[in-house]
Amino acid sequence: MSTHEDVLSSENLPHEPEKATLEGKNKFLGFWFFLGGETVLFASLFGTYLALKNSFGNAEHATPSQELFGLELVFIMTMFLLTSSLTSVYAMYHMKNHDFKKMMLWLGITVLLGLAFLACEIYEFTHYYHEFHHTFTSSAFGSAFYALVGFHGAHVVFGLCWIVALMVRNARRGLNLYNAPKFYISSLYWHFIDVVWVFIFTVVYLMGKVG
Amino acid sequence: MSTATAKKRGFGSVLWDYLTTVDHKKIASLYLIGGGFFFLLGGLEALLIRLQLMYPENALIGAQFYNEVFTMHGTTMIFLAAMPLLFALMNAVMPLQIGARDVAFPFINALGFWLFLFGGILLNLSWFLGGAPDAGWTSYAPLSIYSPGHGVDFYAIGLQISGFGTLMGGINFLVTIVTMRAPGMTYMRMPLFTWTTFVASVLILFAFPALTVGIFLLTFDRLFGAQFFEATMGGNEIIWEHLFWIFGHPEVYILILPAFGIFSEIIPVFSKKRLFGYSSMVFATVLIAFLGFMVWAHHMFTTGMGPVANSIFAVATMAIAIPTGIKIFNWLLTMWGGKIRLTSPMLWSAAFIPSFLLGGVTGVMLAVAPADFQYHDSYFVVAHFHYVIVGGVVFGILAGVTYWWPLMFGKVLDEKLSKWTFWTFFTGFHLTFFIQHFLGLMGMPRRYWTYLEGQEFETGNFISTIGAFLMGVGTIILLYNIIKTSVSGEKCTRDPWDGRTLEWSLPIPTPHYNFKQLPLVRGLDALWIEKTQGNGKMIPAEPVDDIHMPNNSILPFVISLGLFIAGLGVIYRVDSNAAYIAIIVGFVLTFGSMLVRSVKDDLGHHIHKEDLEKEGAEVE
Repeated sequence: MSTHEDVLSSENLPHEPEKATLEGKNKFLGFWFFLGGETVLFASLFGTYLALKNSFGNAEHATPSQELFGLELVFIMTMFLLTSSLTSVYAMYHMKNHDFKKMMLWLGITVLLGLAFLACEIYEFTHYYHEFHHTFTSSAFGSAFYALVGFHGAHVVFGLCWIVALMVRNARRGLNLYNAPKFYISSLYWHFIDVVWVFIFTVVYLMGKVG
Repeated sequence: MSTATAKKRGFGSVLWDYLTTVDHKKIASLYLIGGGFFFLLGGLEALLIRLQLMYPENALIGAQFYNEVFTMHGTTMIFLAAMPLLFALMNAVMPLQIGARDVAFPFINALGFWLFLFGGILLNLSWFLGGAPDAGWTSYAPLSIYSPGHGVDFYAIGLQISGFGTLMGGINFLVTIVTMRAPGMTYMRMPLFTWTTFVASVLILFAFPALTVGIFLLTFDRLFGAQFFEATMGGNEIIWEHLFWIFGHPEVYILILPAFGIFSEIIPVFSKKRLFGYSSMVFATVLIAFLGFMVWAHHMFTTGMGPVANSIFAVATMAIAIPTGIKIFNWLLTMWGGKIRLTSPMLWSAAFIPSFLLGGVTGVMLAVAPADFQYHDSYFVVAHFHYVIVGGVVFGILAGVTYWWPLMFGKVLDEKLSKWTFWTFFTGFHLTFFIQHFLGLMGMPRRYWTYLEGQEFETGNFISTIGAFLMGVGTIILLYNIIKTSVSGEKCTRDPWDGRTLEWSLPIPTPHYNFKQLPLVRGLDALWIEKTQGNGKMIPAEPVDDIHMPNNSILPFVISLGLFIAGLGVIYRVDSNAAYIAIIVGFVLTFGSMLVRSVKDDLGHHIHKEDLEKEGAEVE
């Protein structure tokens, strides 16, 4: 076992720097396990949403989802987020080829797309509030909708902060065996957020509009 | 042990060491102290319950206080006593059993402990801040939604924080077992306790997020005006029941599987035989875990899910008896023809089998959905789950603590006193709970503050209370034993029980890097193989070299403290805007520490070969 290798050096990186050290392998595997747990978290929120999606009781403001949702905006949001997943793949591709600058470039584009998605979502929520009085407290449907989509939105915010923190921290020193796993799992997280959105798009918006 | 560390250190330096430690053995001690404290607290609550029920129409404690006491008894015992005590044993033993120098995520391991502790403290602060939660440990909506005061809020936030800790602990164990096994330690050579730690961690990973969401919904409804469980606004209370039990049933197996693992370690050692049916034990463990996720709705037979759903869940529940039966027979057949030594860990293990079996049999009775309508919410259910939780989990913890005490603290607990603990606790346990089956069948409902005279509940309840105090006596003897052993016990150096697994190959006290050279594992019961076919010592799998170890950090403590402060703020936000200060301060501490952790390099340190050789010379 060679314990002397310098994990902070950017020279002579192996092909998959994110999994070259035991720490990296552990992070990789641990994060996949964590995403398994996150899947159950979102599954529970989806289950709650499906149970309550047409439930208004005696609520004062009860706009059914067919009238509430507009697919145009949601389509644009979906495009932003799906594209950001693709750009983060490019970033990881360049990481594996040890091209730090290109990795940072594509991560930057990923962050911009994520911010665009977030801006749309904020606009969407304020729109619902002002036009339909559809809020977190207005009905069980409102609570379930904002809980599910809001949890996803909070994950986007966290993911953006994470990626930006990593980019700022490592901007001056380049890729090494210590930070490669960090970049890699942040991109895994970003993919996961994207996958959840695909389900939100289908279950919440498409089924809400058509079903 | 080198002379430098053996010198007496000041209290401050020891405290700082434990606040910042990332060593799994020290974290194990912390879990043991924390879990042990909450176990005593939950035990006191149990005694209060039994004192109140000792006589009919008793008014020793008020009805509201009684509700708070039984709620906190259940919540404390499950979340703050049983799980942390099992985590203590997992941390102390599992890495040694697989021949690892450390766990995969030492930092996160420490974080898991501090989150558990701060969550538990937050929950128990409710006693002093206007009353504890009073809606039962299951906290069913709408009761929990309309419970006045902040009690249930403390339940929600406290369990949320400690739940995060459990999840992290689970992920850490999983990765440790997958990536850090010593050379030769294949999956099917892992000791059963490691296996059950692994499987219980899988259950934690997939069960706890459901609780997280359930608690979030409860918090949102109570503190943020959401309508999840408010029927007039379209809410649905049954969602809580489903989410709670999707977590809650696997939780039962999260507790019992590690206990099974402990018995599977102890019985072979004290029967001087290898575990009978090792691979079927592993198979049964995995099967129980799998089925454990399919049966949550058997807690909801009377909710009105309809006969089809009830039947499916009834059959699935009964199916669990099969792998559990496999295990029971394997333990019996391990003892069969063995050279049995009735030490105190073995006594617990032998007593566990019939005790747990009783709980299992009543479990199958409860699984019969039509019959369950009769048993539901009666003392029959109380008797059933105490037979599995005390007769299974608590016996397992006490057995494991006695068995691994020398490994953790370098001294064997006084055997005579341990046996006194066993006999008083064992007798007290059956005295307390056996009669409760009949109280339940006679119609005594659970969670009632008192009962009337002349309903024939008097004798049963009186006997039950006597039994509870006998268990209390057993616990006090154990405490005395611990103090006595720490003060005047004889130090043991190595392998006091003639063990079979890797953890007993290490010198006691175990050096903080565990293995100077990683051992080569040649089969199941790795140490036993060397004892019978080698020279009794593990063959090293590598030359002596520098060892990489993680650095200590105070950040896990600060992250948890931040959540604790923010949690208090969230609870009191509805009363005063000043609480926003606590929320902001708390989250700044938590997320600020996470940011520091992310951007500050923590490369660990090396223990150099030369120092190892010097230290090694002193040990030999």
